[in-house]
Amino acid sequence: MAIAKELLRPSPAGLCCVPGDFIIDPVRPVARAVITHGHGDHARAGHGAVLATRETLAIMEARYGEGFAGAAQPVRYGETTSHNGVEVTLVPAGHVLGSAQIVLRWKGLTAVVSGDYKRRRDPTCAPFEPVPCDVFVSEATFGLPVFCHPDDAAEIAKLLKSVDQFPERAHLVGAYALGKAQRIICLLREAGYDRPIFVHGALVALNALYEAHGVALGPLAPATTEAREGFGGAIVLAPPDSLADRWSRRFPDPLPVFASGWMRVRARARQRHVELPLVISDHADWNELTRTFQELRPEEVWLTHGEEEALLRWASLNDISARALSLVDYGEEEGA
Amino acid sequence: MRAFSRLLDRLAFTPSRNGKLTLMRDYFRETPDPERGWALASLTGALGFDVAKPSVIRKAIESRMDAQLFALSYDYVGDLAETVALAWPKRADAGAVEPELSEVVDALQSALRHDVQGLLESWLDAFDADGRWALLKLLTGGLRVGVSARLAKQALAALRPVDVGEIEELWHGQHPPYEDLFAWLEGRSEKPSRAAPGRFRPVMLAQALDEVVDLEKYSAGDYAAEWKWDGIRVQAVSEQGVKRLFSRTGDDIGRAFPDVISSLAFEGVIDGELLVVRDGTVALFSDLQQRLNRKSPDAKTIAGFPAGIRAYDLLLDGDTDLRTLPFRERRARLEKFVAQARNPRLDLSPLVAFDNWTALAALRAAPPLGDAQRAEGLMLKRWDAIYEAGRPKGPWFKWKRDPRLVDAVLMYAQRGHGKRSSYYSDFTFGVWREDGNGERALTPVGKAYFGFTDEELKELDRFVRNNTTERFGPVRAVRANRDFGLVLEIAFEGLQRSARHKSGVAMRFPRINRIRWDKPSREADELATLERMLVEGRTE
Repeated sequence: MAIAKELLRPSPAGLCCVPGDFIIDPVRPVARAVITHGHGDHARAGHGAVLATRETLAIMEARYGEGFAGAAQPVRYGETTSHNGVEVTLVPAGHVLGSAQIVLRWKGLTAVVSGDYKRRRDPTCAPFEPVPCDVFVSEATFGLPVFCHPDDAAEIAKLLKSVDQFPERAHLVGAYALGKAQRIICLLREAGYDRPIFVHGALVALNALYEAHGVALGPLAPATTEAREGFGGAIVLAPPDSLADRWSRRFPDPLPVFASGWMRVRARARQRHVELPLVISDHADWNELTRTFQELRPEEVWLTHGEEEALLRWASLNDISARALSLVDYGEEEGA
Repeated sequence: MRAFSRLLDRLAFTPSRNGKLTLMRDYFRETPDPERGWALASLTGALGFDVAKPSVIRKAIESRMDAQLFALSYDYVGDLAETVALAWPKRADAGAVEPELSEVVDALQSALRHDVQGLLESWLDAFDADGRWALLKLLTGGLRVGVSARLAKQALAALRPVDVGEIEELWHGQHPPYEDLFAWLEGRSEKPSRAAPGRFRPVMLAQALDEVVDLEKYSAGDYAAEWKWDGIRVQAVSEQGVKRLFSRTGDDIGRAFPDVISSLAFEGVIDGELLVVRDGTVALFSDLQQRLNRKSPDAKTIAGFPAGIRAYDLLLDGDTDLRTLPFRERRARLEKFVAQARNPRLDLSPLVAFDNWTALAALRAAPPLGDAQRAEGLMLKRWDAIYEAGRPKGPWFKWKRDPRLVDAVLMYAQRGHGKRSSYYSDFTFGVWREDGNGERALTPVGKAYFGFTDEELKELDRFVRNNTTERFGPVRAVRANRDFGLVLEIAFEGLQRSARHKSGVAMRFPRINRIRWDKPSREADELATLERMLVEGRTE
């Protein structure tokens, strides 16, 4: 796969497409960037030119303001553009609204940079589309056999049951502002919860953006105006860090809930004083990761960030050639 | 078993007592017999399986999973049972039907030792991750979800509702899966008979004395006084050949005290204090702890820490229930009863003679030489009071000795739970000692999370947030040195030597008595002050 290493090379700024002369998800300002999705550690402000899906660009604009990049080139899923002979196509990754895998075709080689992805159904974004390839560049956030996310409807049922059992307490659900929060809202609606859902101020803009892109969220209300007692039995969504923040004092006897793949491990939930951990993640779990590798059977799997070691072991047991790129600066995302 | 595993999962993450009660009550309400009965048995510790040793669990996972993948997983999670629960790879042909808790219990009760491995693997295949976690807790003994037997019984009592004392009183005649008990609590049948010999009698408890109000209100002549011994309150039952030792919440602790149990040669029920007594002298509470920590002690422990009962009261004399008699009569019968028993492990808690409250206050402040100096304080009992379960106001008072006080400096603070989750409300404090370089340095001596008002908590929280020097997860280190720091006046009941604490001392019931915003940190106490308290009689 020598040719693959000519096409893609890890660099301090991120994964570099050498002949195409752009960086995928650069962690520092670069001249030309291709962005997989809108989460802060992948989509940063200050690049010269940015190519991404229309939705991802809208998210970046909502977060960083109009001048977030010198120039923005929106593309649709499936649309192909050419960059110095490298054909670039964005296909859905199933992670959050607008998230894309970057498909690179060059000199007969196909490489897919998946960004963050998941394989299960998500009412807020287009589902992951497997693309046959020679090199599959994968995340490894939950690359350990202990991470098997349960059915999300069952997790939501736990939340609704708790609201039923503790009608005097406000259920404060920590959820990452982009993607997770909107998914939780949609799952609650699917479970038949039609009361207003209260949201922290930091979620308002992204909720509106999702609605504008056709994701219906139902009645939402700001978690600021209501009288103190009014929050008993309410479901309140907030960024994870605000759960332990002084912000949470406005609620009566709040019950801290956290929706994240990390909640699978008890010590993680205890550390954060979470009383109701919900294992809901926008990342592929161990089974989704390994199933994807089995399904695509690429010549090589490259792992970008996360728990690579166990996946490397699994790959060797399953005769799939794999290596770790050990890209840095994609932090362990709080809301994973 | 899904409802049971969900319950355990929620209990494990729910810190508040009321929250736990709600979760258990709802579970008992929603779950059919016999499942809920077996759940109750496991929550109250009546189901004592310890069939799955870690080696059995390890063997199961090793037969299923690549050793390296398991090692990486275990390393990440840090707990064997949890790792197996999460990472267990189901066999593709595994049955889809989860067994009920009752089926698991049935199978285990009739299983031979060598069947356990196969049963374990088939169950691990059948359950989801939460179910596997619950199963492994059940099989290894000890659920450790922060629920005492008493709390589970309280949740049960909330079903009807009845007073928990009613349940405690008939508990020992009932057996898993407790269908009669549930039928009664749901109003479908009569109250089960409590006639079984050897049952627990709900205990009478004392109110704390309010010196200002109560000494004015009540007359000294109406009360007897005795020392409040520093052991644990027990009820010793010997009835028609059934001998039991109960804690004051009705837990059967007899297994840990075979020496006491075998000495119960009388016919009756005694209310008393369990103590370690050597050569007729009461030992330290820490000596008793040596016994309490062991489920079944070896001969050496029994000989080294001989336990006995100091009798306070007599509830049953032969087959006569004395509880409706006044204390004066019960006491007279108790004295005779103890004398006739001629049991070296049973003695009488002596009455303290006094003429008036002032004289008694003087005794409390300066107890006479001997055992009394190791008492926690005094008990006041109305001569004419019947033995009434619960904590009635008036007949019995506890009048504890004043706590010891020490001025310490706030060193670390940790966020609380529930209502306090946005507050730094658990405080670690330290006192001065000389470090290796001859400098004065703080050494932590304890942790306190009550004793302050809501208003004071806000001030403490603000102080912590404004003076944080380092963060470790939910814990913050607070600026504390010779020139700056917050002094807390700490009250505590007793002091023990402790090898587990770096300072070498451990406090009992420490709490924040006062916040000394005014006191310079360098004037806080020295470790030497605490060490002196260790040496002096009373708190040792």
